[in-house]
This record gives sequence, C-alpha cells and structure tokens, in this order.
Amino acid sequence: MIELLAFGDGGWGDEMLQGAAMTVAVATSAFLLGLVFGTLGASAKLSRNLILVGVAEAYTTVVRGVPELLVIYLLFFGGSGMVMALASVFGYDEYIEVNAFVVGVVAVGLISGAYSTEVIRGAAQAVPYGQIEAARACGMGRWLILRRILGPLTLRHALPGLGNVWQLTLKDTALISVTALAEIMRQAAVGAGSTKQPFVFYAAAAVLYLLLTTVSTALFDRAEKNAMRGVRRA
Amino acid sequence: MDWELMWDSVPALLAAVPLTLQLVALALLLGLGMAALAAWARLSGHAVAAGAASAYVFVFRGTPLLVQIFLIYYGLSQFEAVRASLFWPLLREPYWCAILALMLNTGAYQSEIIRGAILSVPQGQVEAARACGMSRLLLFRRIVLPVAVRQALPAYGNEIILMVKASSLASTITLLEITGVARRIISQTYAVFEIFIVAGILYLLINFAAARLIRWAEWRMTPHLRARV
Repeated sequence: MIELLAFGDGGWGDEMLQGAAMTVAVATSAFLLGLVFGTLGASAKLSRNLILVGVAEAYTTVVRGVPELLVIYLLFFGGSGMVMALASVFGYDEYIEVNAFVVGVVAVGLISGAYSTEVIRGAAQAVPYGQIEAARACGMGRWLILRRILGPLTLRHALPGLGNVWQLTLKDTALISVTALAEIMRQAAVGAGSTKQPFVFYAAAAVLYLLLTTVSTALFDRAEKNAMRGVRRA
Repeated sequence: MDWELMWDSVPALLAAVPLTLQLVALALLLGLGMAALAAWARLSGHAVAAGAASAYVFVFRGTPLLVQIFLIYYGLSQFEAVRASLFWPLLREPYWCAILALMLNTGAYQSEIIRGAILSVPQGQVEAARACGMSRLLLFRRIVLPVAVRQALPAYGNEIILMVKASSLASTITLLEITGVARRIISQTYAVFEIFIVAGILYLLINFAAARLIRWAEWRMTPHLRARV
C-alpha cells in the first residue's frame, strides 16, 4: 500500500506534496486577505458611523452563522456572474472565467476575515485607554498613535486568537476541493479514484494536514513568545 | 433577483431541515458520550488511557472534517474485513457514516470543553465536600457536575453552532440536508443568490434558536448571579 505514495512516476507522493504546497498557498493568501477584511471590519465596528457598524455586524453574523461550504458554493457558482456584472458596469461584456485559485482564496478569505474581525476588535479594545491618552499628551498624531501604540499592542493581544483563525482557515481550504483546485483533498480524491485505494490516500491527506497544523501551532507559539517578550510574567 | 423562484424553493429547503437537525442532535449526543469518555481518560492519571485520549483529540482537531468524512465513507469500504463485518449494514449508509464522522469530530472538541470545565472547579469546594464526608460519586453529582456544567455552557453553545455548520459537509457524501438540497436546486436553476439567501436564512434561524436556548439554560442555571429584585 505504501508504495502507492512513492515519489516519481510510479507513486503519488510528489502529487500529494504538490497538493500540500497548494493548500499552504491558498491558506496563506486567504489568511492574509482575511486579515485585511478583519482590520477593515474591526475598524468599522469600532467607528461611530452607524452604517459602517451595521455593515460589519451583518458581515460577521452572516458569514459566521452560515456553513462555510455554502459560502464557497456561492462564490464558486456565482463568482463569475458577479465579476461579469461588475465588468459590464465598466462597459466590458465578454464572458469572464474566474480562476479557481482566486475564487478559493476570496471565499476562504471572506470566512477567515469574519473571525479575524472579532479577534482584532477584541484585541484593540483590550489596549488600555491610558496608553492612547499618554501618546496624545506626547503630541502624537492619529497615524503615529496607530503605528506606534495601537498597532503593536493590538497585534500582541490578537496573536493567540489569530493563531486559532489560522487553524480554521487551513482546515477550511479542504472545502475548496469542490472547485477542483489541486490542493491536498483534490489530489487525494484523484489518487483514490484511479487506484481504488481511498483509505491510503485520505489517510495520507490527514497526515499532511496534521503536519501542517502542528508546524503552524509551533510557529504561532514562537511568534507569541516573541511578541510577549516585553511583558513581565505575573 | 427572482422572487418567485426564491419563494418556490422554500418548501424543498424546509423539508431538508429535519435531516440537518437530526444529524446535529445525534452527533452532539453521541459526541457527548465520546467526549465524557475522553475527558475522563485524560483526567484519570492512567498513562495509557490519557495518551490514547490525547492522540484522539489531537488527530480529530488537527484534520479537516471533510478528510474524516471521506476516510470513513470512502476509505473504510476499501477493506474486505470491514465489508464482511457486522458493522457493514451501518457503514455502507452515508447517513451513519456522516453521524460517525460528526460524532468523532465534535467528541474531540467537546472533550476539551469538559476537561477545562472540570479543571475549573475550585479545589477548595472539592475539599470541603470531602470534609463533609461525601463519597466520590455524591461529590461529583452535587459539586463538580453543577459547577462544571455552568462553566461549560457558553463554549458548548459555540460547539452546537459549529456542528450545525459542519452538518453541511454531509452533502458531500450524497445526503440531502439543507446544503445538499440547495446545491441540487442551484444546479437545476443556476439561481445561485436566491437559493443561497434562503438556505442561509434557514441556517441563521437554526443557529439563532440554538444560541437563545443556551442563553436561556445559562440563565436558569445561574440564579445566584441574577440581580436581586
């Protein structure tokens, strides 16, 4: 059974590893996109503009309350329609085929962003107000406060939560195999189909995911330690 | 936006709600048993039992649910021994495979909730109960369980919502719960947004009801925290 996963022409080892590389690429891009959505969402929720608060609230409630698979189907089946509708506004009427990688990243990024919004909002609220007041008393402007005080402190509080969001994002990428993008699950399905050994391939996929989650947990732990190096232990 | 199509899809999607609820309820209930067993093993101090339970939790929390579902539904049938065993009538049904996968998955997450809740019971309360002469079982029933349940409820509410969403993956192994029916209607009508909105509202309603239920249970169980009138 194991020789099925050998490298080279005879085995599926290299295909599975390519799948893992694709999973990492999708998960990283989606997580970064999610951080952008999360930062925007958190800023909107903390703003005093009622419309912005409402939009951000609707975004996190809907995306966190609806199954991930449904969001992925929405963008996968409806994505090119949305892009074409947008393009026709600018006078472009040809058919546009949206790339599976882009659809996957946007879909998982939207989901990741909804969770990041809550994490970043909580972290920003945990920054003691005295710090902001002190910065203002020093004569810092809004942007300087954001860059020197609010940003770094928020990041420190947000890191553990963002580690959880990363794990969710990594596991959510398995769902975009329904769009036939060649990540771990898709490669495993192809291998399982052509060799009639589904157990071997899905077990190999599970091991790859376990490796990815374990390594990234260790990386986030190190990042947390690094971010907390200036904090005295109680 | 095709309102008529949206309205027409409501009965078909509503008819799929019972299956979703069934999957969630059975998985949560069976998962609770699994979780209680795993938490007990981890807190028992028995090295082998604790190691096995930790490995179970590690594997099921570290891999996507989709892999677990496919391993059980497609993977197990590869083995002649499984097909010859007395479990085959169950394991060949996508319904039971989905329940098994969801149960094992939620069991791993729930066991962490239970473990944390039991560890959060103040040691002084346990000591006081022992000083009163309570037996282990009485102590568990009267002191540890009530305190731990209150502690675990909010996290348990999140787990219910996660399970409602996770049950949508059963559609990948041919089950026609809400997402499965939604997908089928989408492929027949190409009305992606309309169907997404109706299915999404159904899920949001289920999750809202679950959240309210947990909030109510929390309120019932913490009379001592309510403001006196």
